[in-house]
Amino acid sequence: MYAQMVASQPLKAAEEMSDAERAFQARIDAGEKIEPKEWMPEAYRRTLIRQIGQHAHSEIVGQLPEGNWITRAPSLQRKAILLAKVQDEAGHGLYLYSAAETLGISRDELIEMLHSGAMKYSSIFNYPTLTWADIGAVGWLVDGAAIMNQVPLQKCSYGPYARAMVRICKEESFHQRQGFDLMTKMARGTPEQKAFAQDALNRFWYPSLMMFGPSDKDSVHSAQSMAWKVKINTNDELRQKFVDQTAPQAHYLGLTVPDDKLVWNEEKNGYDFSEPDWREFYEVVAGNGPCNKDRLGARVKAWDDGAWFRDGLMAHARKRAAAKIAAE
Amino acid sequence: MSSEWPLWEVFIRGQHGLNHRHVGSLHAADAEQAIRNARDVYTRRHEGMSIWVVRSNDIVASSPSDKGPLFEPANSKVYRHPTFYDIPDEVGPM
Repeated sequence: MYAQMVASQPLKAAEEMSDAERAFQARIDAGEKIEPKEWMPEAYRRTLIRQIGQHAHSEIVGQLPEGNWITRAPSLQRKAILLAKVQDEAGHGLYLYSAAETLGISRDELIEMLHSGAMKYSSIFNYPTLTWADIGAVGWLVDGAAIMNQVPLQKCSYGPYARAMVRICKEESFHQRQGFDLMTKMARGTPEQKAFAQDALNRFWYPSLMMFGPSDKDSVHSAQSMAWKVKINTNDELRQKFVDQTAPQAHYLGLTVPDDKLVWNEEKNGYDFSEPDWREFYEVVAGNGPCNKDRLGARVKAWDDGAWFRDGLMAHARKRAAAKIAAE
Repeated sequence: MSSEWPLWEVFIRGQHGLNHRHVGSLHAADAEQAIRNARDVYTRRHEGMSIWVVRSNDIVASSPSDKGPLFEPANSKVYRHPTFYDIPDEVGPM
């Protein structure tokens, strides 16, 4: 979800596996955690690097749409809250980059792959945050959708990834609540404020549903990831759960979910709802969303503009270390 | 020469007198910056009262392949656990 469409492998049957692969799968089936220096199939390592990397990039790029509003927050308290949230996202990116690095890829390589387009980030961050209500919608819907995916990943098979998820989930709850709180204030404010809240919901609803990735019937590579326990639920399961949880919250706010097919289905004990426009999703993933160029451009610029600072601190540290050795 | 800052492992002691505990890692040019970054990344919500940082390269770890020789001998030594011993109920708590 923060990692959409991570290309995995076709599911390997037990008889196709080597002895080492069979033993590895048995450990996962027994609920054991896989730790960095232990043997793992090369495909497991590659899949995880892609998944964790994409997840990390999403956290970092995800700072941009929100950072857009820090200087324009309507009160000092809202500004402090938004700053704290955006700072958390940087931390989440860092926990995840660190987890990916335990698989034998360097931080610089990961960042290079983001900048070259070899690795993606979540499609959701290619949509603009046009009004202050969008900041509420991002916390409530986008972080809400992220939590749906991240809570089960706390039990994923790779130790460093699972541990990063535990930390992230603790902090993510604050993000969703501050978003819902902001939406509540807007939805119960002046008619104009309520209209902003409704407009934000209208624009963020379907992109939020897209965060879970394509429908299971079109998502052919999930089976191996699920056998490896690096993906715990299917895309459709999580999307259903998200709609079931979020639709009543929208109702509570007095807002209307922009889907006239949304209706409670007693039989399946869940809502029926419209699928997002998947053509739009594939366009956004392919780089043609409303903000793709801005987002990646901002990341590349920050990296390039910061090069003198990174190099300078490193040069200073080397000089001091050399002086210390000379003094001893 | 690579300009990537070296990797550091971060250990934090919480508020209640427990041991420092590994919480994660980060990149920093030197120890001072590693402590400052660790404070920003790992103690934003009162998680700690003390920080240790150590260069990841300086950590010596047991090898996963030594798991057997290192840890299996403990399996047969159940008498090291207090639950191995039956204390009659009439003796009371021990």
